[in-house]
Amino acid sequence: MAKFNKPKKELPAIQTSSLPDIVFMLIFFFMVATVIRQQSLLVKNKLPQATEVTKVKNKSLTEYLYVGSPKKDEEFGTAPRLQLGDKFADVTDVGAFVETKRAVVDPKLKNKITWSLKVDVETKMGIVTDVKQELRKVDALKINYSSRERAE
Amino acid sequence: MADIAFLLLIFFLVATTIETDKGILRKLPPMPQEDQPPIEIKANMRNVLFVWVNQNDELLVKGEPARIEELRQITKSFIDNNGVNPKYSVSPQEAIVSLKNDIGTSYNMYIQVQNEVAAAYRELRDALSLKLYGKKFMDLEDEKHVKKIKAEYPMRVSEAEPNVSE
Repeated sequence: MAKFNKPKKELPAIQTSSLPDIVFMLIFFFMVATVIRQQSLLVKNKLPQATEVTKVKNKSLTEYLYVGSPKKDEEFGTAPRLQLGDKFADVTDVGAFVETKRAVVDPKLKNKITWSLKVDVETKMGIVTDVKQELRKVDALKINYSSRERAE
Repeated sequence: MADIAFLLLIFFLVATTIETDKGILRKLPPMPQEDQPPIEIKANMRNVLFVWVNQNDELLVKGEPARIEELRQITKSFIDNNGVNPKYSVSPQEAIVSLKNDIGTSYNMYIQVQNEVAAAYRELRDALSLKLYGKKFMDLEDEKHVKKIKAEYPMRVSEAEPNVSE
């Protein structure tokens, strides 16, 4: 007599041999996408909203200038301050900051640097105008008023 | 193997901030030379749209109070006037928007004004671009088309020098 095997009903286990490949792929994606922040913000930085925004294209040729009132207001007061790099700076330090940033890029690209102004919404124009004047003095003319996009 | 990979994956997942910087790009005018006398602007007054913002974030457009919501429409009709209204510009090529703000103006208001003026120009350029080439200005691929539209509506926005003496 022939033997009749009952057909197996349980599903075969999922193949896991390719799992590491998938995970590695994801790792590489996040490794490439990760920007580890070198600067910690000392000032409040809520950006204004606008509709006519454009993306800043070249990240490596963008330098940031932060303006806003200090986060630790009991220590530093509430008057808006300028932050360059990771410390507070005077408006008159802008020129030196521009020069140090220019020194590390390719001389051909010196005038291509975008100076992105990240200014808190609560700030008054006084300090912003001063910063802009300092930028003009050192011929750093390409600026960006950093803002968030809003729908109309 | 997979365990280590997972550990790394989770680390990078947490550490990732996908940041894109967006904003309004502008070009500052170069600083005038010390010995250079201030340039006399010979523009006909009707070709200049004065937009003043005071310390209370109130707008004065050509001497008349206005609201920020109206600014875009006013700017558009000013630029695209073509000599119809005697108070507005003669032609889009000659129209200049002149901005002036107070030390006490809030940064937010300043950005809103910049934004509305930029929006006015964008809308005018888009309208012309759609009429001529059937697509929006931003989507134009032909360099000649872009130049043509830019020549029709050149963006001429000036900012007043801050008062140093005060």
